[in-house]
Amino acid sequence: MHIVVCIKQVPNTTDVRINPETNTLVRDGVESIINPFDENAIEAALQLKDEHGAKVTVISMGPPQAESALRDALALGCDEVRLVSDRAFAGSDTWATSYALAQAIKSLGGADLILCGKQAIDGDTAQVGPGIAEFLGLPVVTYIRKLELLDDGARVRVERVFEDGYEVIESEMPVVLTVLKEMNIPRLPSLKGRMRAKRAEIPVLSAEAIGAEEEKVGLKGSPTRVVRIFSPPKKTGGMRIDGTSPLDAARLLVEKLKEQRVI
Amino acid sequence: MKDVPLKIDAEKCTGCGVCIKACPFGALSLEPREKFDLPESRFKRIVVVNDACTGCGACVPTCKFDALEVIEVERVGGSRVEDYRGVWVFAEQRDGEIQDVVYELLSKGRELADKLGQELAAVLLGSGIKESAAALFAWGADKVYVVDAPGLKEYNTDTYTDVFAHLVEKYRPEIVIAGATSIGRAFIPRVAVRVKTGLTADCTGLEIDDEKKILLQTRPAFGGNIMATITCPDHRPQMATVRHKVLKKVTPDPSRSGQIVEEKMEVGDVRTRVVEVLHEMQNQVNLAEADIIVSGGRGLGKPENFKIIEELARELGGAVGASRAAVDAGWIPAYHQVGQTGKTVCPKLYIACGISGAIQHLAGMSSSDTIVAINKDPDAPIFSVADYAIVGDLFEVVPAITKMLRE
Repeated sequence: MHIVVCIKQVPNTTDVRINPETNTLVRDGVESIINPFDENAIEAALQLKDEHGAKVTVISMGPPQAESALRDALALGCDEVRLVSDRAFAGSDTWATSYALAQAIKSLGGADLILCGKQAIDGDTAQVGPGIAEFLGLPVVTYIRKLELLDDGARVRVERVFEDGYEVIESEMPVVLTVLKEMNIPRLPSLKGRMRAKRAEIPVLSAEAIGAEEEKVGLKGSPTRVVRIFSPPKKTGGMRIDGTSPLDAARLLVEKLKEQRVI
Repeated sequence: MKDVPLKIDAEKCTGCGVCIKACPFGALSLEPREKFDLPESRFKRIVVVNDACTGCGACVPTCKFDALEVIEVERVGGSRVEDYRGVWVFAEQRDGEIQDVVYELLSKGRELADKLGQELAAVLLGSGIKESAAALFAWGADKVYVVDAPGLKEYNTDTYTDVFAHLVEKYRPEIVIAGATSIGRAFIPRVAVRVKTGLTADCTGLEIDDEKKILLQTRPAFGGNIMATITCPDHRPQMATVRHKVLKKVTPDPSRSGQIVEEKMEVGDVRTRVVEVLHEMQNQVNLAEADIIVSGGRGLGKPENFKIIEELARELGGAVGASRAAVDAGWIPAYHQVGQTGKTVCPKLYIACGISGAIQHLAGMSSSDTIVAINKDPDAPIFSVADYAIVGDLFEVVPAITKMLRE
């Protein structure tokens, strides 16, 4: 069984702060990490490997520095990694990103199972997983929290979470699955894994290597464009209740909330 | 530097690096000039751009030396824009019940359609759902496309994609909006890829550009630290999803009527099959739907202390939320988590107790109508988004509020 996990390197937002004076993002010293949901996708793949035996290939599309995310994946015990990177990919929106990743998977000879995190924490679109499935003509099940193989790996049974419950779904394979945090607790890298990752060469797949058509990648291939970026309006006029007794604070709050018809 | 949408003028760039901080995507960095074949300069370094660049232009105004310029890149394979007309709303139903977000979308859709001078249509898919169609007129729809087929009884990404993409290709709407629900977020991206158009997720603002008559789609990025306005200039339809409770509902007008267009379609085989459906959270929390949420964080100290949060929530008829810190500590199950890796909520009232307000948490709740924060740290970041900031001990303040409400 060949499992491909698609991951994204994102800024660790735990470190991101807002400069209160300029109300802009302070990125200084922000480390890059594997998107948290993608760590759950990697863990799901590794658990299948441990239980049933599988080859786990992790791919990531991004600039050259995204290599370090793939090194982390190797350290966790993934078998192979590929960095899908080319200046021609710059400006790719979710359409063009899905296309490039689907092409990369094809160039690897396809997969029996493709795992993605639910969404990336920097963009929050949740569109690339379903997009990859569409380009590959495969079924997709989003927001899964449990996964098991049926019939010796011919099918999967998953639990898909929706707003007030979950569905048990069976799907034929190959299939694309996007996973939630509830899925598992990602393992930590072993010392041996870390040593191996440190020495490893990270192979790069260019636009040409994945057979991508030039007009389908990067800005050219992206239907959407960002026309404006701005800081969200700051909240003003908040009321501070400080230095009063807890009872007075509570009374004042309840009065205000009733006055404003909030409660 | 082929295809990177930002041009850096090597003669003007002083290597000051001011632009680097303005880049939301981390695409800019400083390199020694000698690494490149550049004309002599008194400056040692130059800014370089990598392929993380999206061409958003956030850096351009920060450069005091006019060294940065966004290059227009021609897009290939756009639609014949003039062939597309009308605004569509995906009328999501579950067990025959139209979802509340649909009324919000129709309210906004009406406004967009009026501005364009076009019609507003709802698209209703399901089995035995024909009767629900007429109710959509009151909310502003001029037309409802109905596909009523036994194969659409349950939601399935394959069938919904096939049917919806077919309708889009046949009727060519100019704009399509859908709820950013677990269903909308699953099949709408597939539809967008299939019909080759752009899709913007989780928009908080939708407007028609006065001049170009295109859809301006505004959405938060980086956990709400940055807002981005996105367009889809050359491809149609322009597609967007919007979360529940973000848009305001109009008052329905029961006297309105419209046209029902029934579309007969063969619904094909499916590759995924629902074996079982469990509504497990009915008696608990559906955070995304709650009008009032009381949340607890690290400040609670231990799991038992969630009791005071629960008591206040019960008194207010609200749901219980939690910060990631509280969930990670194992004090409360993960489905209570509000924030970037939890749920994004938009209630009428959000009360944050003992939550410092990490960016990830703010990302999940800062668009709530009214925010109350209770924290003993006067500098807690949560206060920056609070309408009512109570500096004090939550163990005293929260029970006092509960008591006050009981009286």
